[in-house]
Amino acid sequence: MKIIVLAKHAPDPESEISVASDGKSVSQSGLVYDINDWDRYAVEEAIRIKEDKGGEVVVVGVGTNCDDTLRKCLAMGADRAIKIPVDTSFDAYTTAEVIKEAIKDEQFDMIFAGLMSQDLNNAQVGVLLAAMLDLPVATAATELKVEDGKVIARRELEGGYLEEVELPTPCVITIQSGINEPRYVSIMGIKRAKSKEMKEVSVSPSISTLEIEKMYLPPVKKAEMIEGDPSQVAEKLIEILKERGLI
Amino acid sequence: MFRGVDFYNIDELLSDEDRLVRNSVREFLEKEVVPLVADAWHEEKPLNFHKLGKKFGELGMLGTFIPEEYGCPGMSYTTFGIVCQEVERVDSALRSFVAVTSGLVMYPIWQYGSEEQKKEYLPKLAKGEIIGCFGLTEPNHGSDPGSMEATARRNGDEWVLNGTKTWISEADMADIAVVWARDVEDGKIKGFIVEKGTKGFQQSALTKKGSMRAGSVGELGLVNCRVSEENRLPGARGLRAPLSCLNQARFGISWGAIGAAMDCYETALNYTKERKQFGAPLASFQLVQEKLVKMLIEITKGQLLAWRLARLMDEGKATTEQISLAKKNNVRVARYCARTARELLGANGVSLDYSPIRHMANIESVYTYEGTDDIHTLILGRAITGYQAFRREL
Repeated sequence: MKIIVLAKHAPDPESEISVASDGKSVSQSGLVYDINDWDRYAVEEAIRIKEDKGGEVVVVGVGTNCDDTLRKCLAMGADRAIKIPVDTSFDAYTTAEVIKEAIKDEQFDMIFAGLMSQDLNNAQVGVLLAAMLDLPVATAATELKVEDGKVIARRELEGGYLEEVELPTPCVITIQSGINEPRYVSIMGIKRAKSKEMKEVSVSPSISTLEIEKMYLPPVKKAEMIEGDPSQVAEKLIEILKERGLI
Repeated sequence: MFRGVDFYNIDELLSDEDRLVRNSVREFLEKEVVPLVADAWHEEKPLNFHKLGKKFGELGMLGTFIPEEYGCPGMSYTTFGIVCQEVERVDSALRSFVAVTSGLVMYPIWQYGSEEQKKEYLPKLAKGEIIGCFGLTEPNHGSDPGSMEATARRNGDEWVLNGTKTWISEADMADIAVVWARDVEDGKIKGFIVEKGTKGFQQSALTKKGSMRAGSVGELGLVNCRVSEENRLPGARGLRAPLSCLNQARFGISWGAIGAAMDCYETALNYTKERKQFGAPLASFQLVQEKLVKMLIEITKGQLLAWRLARLMDEGKATTEQISLAKKNNVRVARYCARTARELLGANGVSLDYSPIRHMANIESVYTYEGTDDIHTLILGRAITGYQAFRREL
């Protein structure tokens, strides 16, 4: 069983976030990068399947500075890494496109991607890649059962509902957080990772599908204090609720 | 979130692997250990090192610098230093556990033990399956271990040990103790591995501590305690052996203390940026900035000192005096930062829910153990003047 896992080196959403001076990007100062949380679950799931059934886990990262995340995946137990040193920023299409090119010579049974990234929340790269490769895809998997030539994925739907789907391999699956309990990286794992292969594959995206015009922090919502005696407060409150069509 | 204090880009001096170790250990501690510390400290219920030790072992945090052939990670002293920094950021008792296990229990077995002893104990200690402690200090002999009263008397294939050891980290919960005693025949200090449950071996905890309350400290009693010759560390001859162990632990402290200082600085910085008085954040006042800047400067100097010392350790060139200087300086930095952070937090600074007062109380132990601040002054004084000022005839 050979599994390719997409792992993004992404800023932690709890970092100090500010808009850069060009007004079109996020300032890098104050950002703390780590593996995208959903991808951590995807890597863990792939390693568990490999530990159970044998095979290989290949982790793929896009970006000029994604080494730390790839090294972390290798330390967790991935067998080798492919680094695509291209900064595709917000453009999910070009991200998927460069991954498709970089893995074109790889044979695989499954591709795992985190459901979404913790910085952009687009949830697009996995499904775009599936479309480009013309492969079946299941999103938001919360449980996987891998059998010969197929995988049964339990998907999370809205409102607490679940759906079970069967996909033939090869296929693409995007992984929901909570599917497992990702392991901590051990010092021994870090040492072993040192001798594992991290190959750089230079690919250039063919088109750009996205242009950022403006980036800004959401305006701060102001609270209105209603003053007066209780009957006046109630009257004013009803007026506001009616005005907004809430009652 | 904690980003680390790195004003001088010291991260660039670390290898990719060491930065990954730092991040991984930090992540583990923040999720699994930080939530346990305040209550353990408040109630003086030591953290469960039998449970935590196994997790530390899985991550490779114990005996980090000891070779892989003994089931250890076989990394560098720099890696060991980083682990100490991260655990002491959380609580000094955790660093005590890591440094005692690695430097005072595993190191003497590795350096002075027989091959059988190394194979028997080192893998178990590295995995956290067993806990060790180090019995050197006695009720009447702290800074002057050369005058120890504990005795060892050879009796056939056995040794009979008598004496009391006190202020021993993890004394009551340890599965094995590396105990030092004077051979009554040749007058030399020798090292023994004493297992829990050995007849005549007593283990107890000291309580009502005003420091290190999340950790365990206690006494070891040896009353005609018989251990076999196989339990003696064959390579340890004289006081030099236990003192060499102290160098390992002191090195760990030089990194750990900076971890505590970093946490104090970060806590004070975040607090003063958020809390407003007189209509403005505390951090906007000059008096507050002066305190924060002084902490940052001292931490940065301490980080560089610790990093350089780690390099010297990795090259096998570090001297006892260099280790003393780093231990003395960096513990002073931690002591200063803990007090200053406590002060900047105002009344909240006395609450155990905030870390500075815990660090402030813990660091008093660190200031005193593994060579008091004064002893390190005398070690350095002897090195630069050529005169020893430890003892005098009265």
